[in-house]
Amino acid sequence: MAVSTAGVVRLLSACRTLTTCGPSLPAALRPGRGWRACWALGVGPSCHVPSRSVSSDDKVTVHFINRDGDRLTAEGKVGESLLDVVVNKNLDIDGFGACEGTLACSTCHLIFEDHVFEQLDPATDEEMDMLDLAYGLTETSRLGCQICLTKKMADMTVRVPEAVADARQTYDMGKNA
Amino acid sequence: MGARWWICGVSSGRNLRSLAARLHPAVVLGLGKLLSTASSTPQVCVVGSGPAGFYTAQHLLKHHKQVQVDIYEKLPVPFGLVRFGVAPDHPEVKNVINSFTQTAHSDRCAFYGNITVGKDVTVEELQQAYHAVVLSYGAEDNRMLGISGEHLPGVYSARAFVGWYNGLPENQNLEPDLSSETAVILGQGNVALDVARILLTPPDLLRKTDITAHSLEAIAHSKVKRVWLVGRRGPLQVAFTIKELREMINLPGTKPLLRPGDFEGLRDVIKDVPRPRKRLTELMIKSALEKPYEREAARWVSATREWGLKFLRSPTEILPGVNGKQAVGIRLAVNRLEGSGESAVAVPTGEFENVECGLILSSIGYKSLPIAPSLPFDAKQGIIPNSMGRVHNVPGLYCSGWVKRGPTGVIITTMNDSFDTAQSVLDDLSSGVLDTSICKPGFPSLKEMLQHRGVHSVSFSDWEKINAAETAKGSEVGKPREKILDLQLMLQLARQ
Ligand SMILES: Cc1cc2nc3c(=O)[nH]c(=O)nc-3n(C[C@H](O)[C@H](O)[C@H](O)COP(=O)(O)OP(=O)(O)OC[C@H]3O[C@@H](n4cnc5c(N)ncnc54)[C@H](O)[C@@H]3O)c2cc1C
Ligand SMILES: NC(=O)c1ccc[n+]([C@@H]2O[C@H](COP(=O)([O-])OP(=O)(O)OC[C@H]3O[C@@H](n4cnc5c(N)ncnc54)[C@H](OP(=O)(O)O)[C@@H]3O)[C@@H](O)[C@H]2O)c1
Repeated sequence: MAVSTAGVVRLLSACRTLTTCGPSLPAALRPGRGWRACWALGVGPSCHVPSRSVSSDDKVTVHFINRDGDRLTAEGKVGESLLDVVVNKNLDIDGFGACEGTLACSTCHLIFEDHVFEQLDPATDEEMDMLDLAYGLTETSRLGCQICLTKKMADMTVRVPEAVADARQTYDMGKNA
Repeated sequence: MGARWWICGVSSGRNLRSLAARLHPAVVLGLGKLLSTASSTPQVCVVGSGPAGFYTAQHLLKHHKQVQVDIYEKLPVPFGLVRFGVAPDHPEVKNVINSFTQTAHSDRCAFYGNITVGKDVTVEELQQAYHAVVLSYGAEDNRMLGISGEHLPGVYSARAFVGWYNGLPENQNLEPDLSSETAVILGQGNVALDVARILLTPPDLLRKTDITAHSLEAIAHSKVKRVWLVGRRGPLQVAFTIKELREMINLPGTKPLLRPGDFEGLRDVIKDVPRPRKRLTELMIKSALEKPYEREAARWVSATREWGLKFLRSPTEILPGVNGKQAVGIRLAVNRLEGSGESAVAVPTGEFENVECGLILSSIGYKSLPIAPSLPFDAKQGIIPNSMGRVHNVPGLYCSGWVKRGPTGVIITTMNDSFDTAQSVLDDLSSGVLDTSICKPGFPSLKEMLQHRGVHSVSFSDWEKINAAETAKGSEVGKPREKILDLQLMLQLARQ
């Protein structure tokens, strides 16, 4: 889906009145924002968190290999995005999710295992545009804010690339060199 | 000046300072001496509160459990280019303010706004008060074209124009002349695209952003219908990025003017270039050479405004009108490329092209300035010479952000280099290069002197009063905020 500037502006202003939808965030990322609502309105992935009470069946365990090689394990609900999991479980990944899931940066870049990657919904142009700027891009790279948990992802391992640099840096650096 | 005393602590500087405030000075002095025999609280000062300043502070506070970080800012309001640079129709980019606000709320971090380092307090004075000083003051000037007519009315730097629509106090009297149909923007970076988009976006869309009220009014009455973005090199060397280009191509009410001849044959050339450049070029080729989809075609037909890319053109002269007092056009030298790829060089062919236009915006890059004559500064590159953020030949002095790297890179690039600089400070603290057995008092030692000089600092909670006033004023008209443009008014609100 193409999100135009106007679209984003409209969505974001709509969001301001819709801050109650979606599970609440840790205060850290919340001040005055309704970005969960924005996702529901289409800036983010079309993740769907089941509204009925969550049973253990709706939970999925995922593993993250952090930049320093540390393995972090967390449980998320089916339908939550991987950015949600990192935020809700307070996983300590430096600089992760700077734009809070609005497709305006590439800090939630994650590298997937081949068999999981193949089953993901294809990336939108907008996600591809931001991925273009991600540092350490691989064939199985995606943005964590755009990937929603499914049962099939149980026990998968995703890798955080070595540095969070945004490739506008590579451009800029290339030019300066 | 009265008796000066302050305290160095092994725990949170602020707690001890508030304890000190309640004790008799003699007791405090004794306590200070006692504590300074052990290693004292490392006191770090950061100059500038843009992304570089805040990310440096964030990394220091996260990875050192005692350090006190004080952020000094020239303006009464924080966040640098996130407030005064990032385009008003990109609110999502400004989400980083949430994490900066968290950092500012840490009880080991303090914000001192309305203090210009180099004028109100010198870097040497800061170095006496702090174990380490990090210069993160960004790039406050712009590169000049160096051609005749550059100072004529009708010619502006993109920096000043951006400052004008984003509410930077120093640019509020710019009054750009928007009465001509054609505007030329020199440069093909993301700032150039920001400026083109703001000039061409239907005003009703801008109305819902935090663009300043008076610039919105001026833009709503603008006669500009056509914007040329002029690059000295070719389509394979543009500096803007794909997200921003796509946004421009999809801009409501506008159509792109791309000359097919500029893009023919490029498909073969980009086969082997890295993915970002390849996808970016493919998007230009598609818009220039392929038949548009129905919706796009319909938009082009009904478009009332247009924008285009001109390649291989270097500005040589601004053409004055008959009275000699106003720009009415620009003379461009036609170039050809020598070499290929990112490093290709533009060489004049000897031919020229004149373009009629009454508005010329120069967007060829920002520029950092030195803030103290005694400090090392590389005037050619416009940066402070450094290794991993350690300023050459000045122990205890560091730099991060645009003043360290030059004025390129997005917020995340700035974040990474600020983390690197903060890491250098942390390494120097743990290796003893920064000697914390010497007590450094931090802000309390400068407070009296600043008052003496008539400088009244603005705290983060003072800023929150300004912020509340701005958001309240904005919500009356359905905007996220209406920025306050007057420094005196900001200070008044802060003092309430
Ligand atoms: C027009 C424009 C739009 C941009 N849009 C985007 C975008 O959409 N997305 C993105 O990722 N990046 C964007 N960028 C890039 C981004 O803004 C920079 O990477 C980043 O702001 C650089 O951070 P900095 O802290 O080094 O400088 P700055 O943000 O400029 O901060 C420097 C701070 O230091 C203060 N200061 C200056 N002199 C002194 C002094 N003597 N004493 C005390 N304080 C001082 C200044 O007032 C300022 O607050 C944009 C840049 C520009 C110019
Ligand atoms: N939305 C966003 O993410 C966003 C928005 C705004 C800014 N930013 C970032 O902020 C940084 C600064 O942006 P910027 O646009 O100011 O700088 P920039 O990306 O460096 O672009 C500068 C442009 O000016 C040209 N130029 C330089 N000197 C020139 C001269 N003497 N004559 C003619 N042309 C000249 C350059 O061409 P050459 O290549 O030939 O030198 C280039 O096209 C960039 O990293 C940018 O990505 C990001």
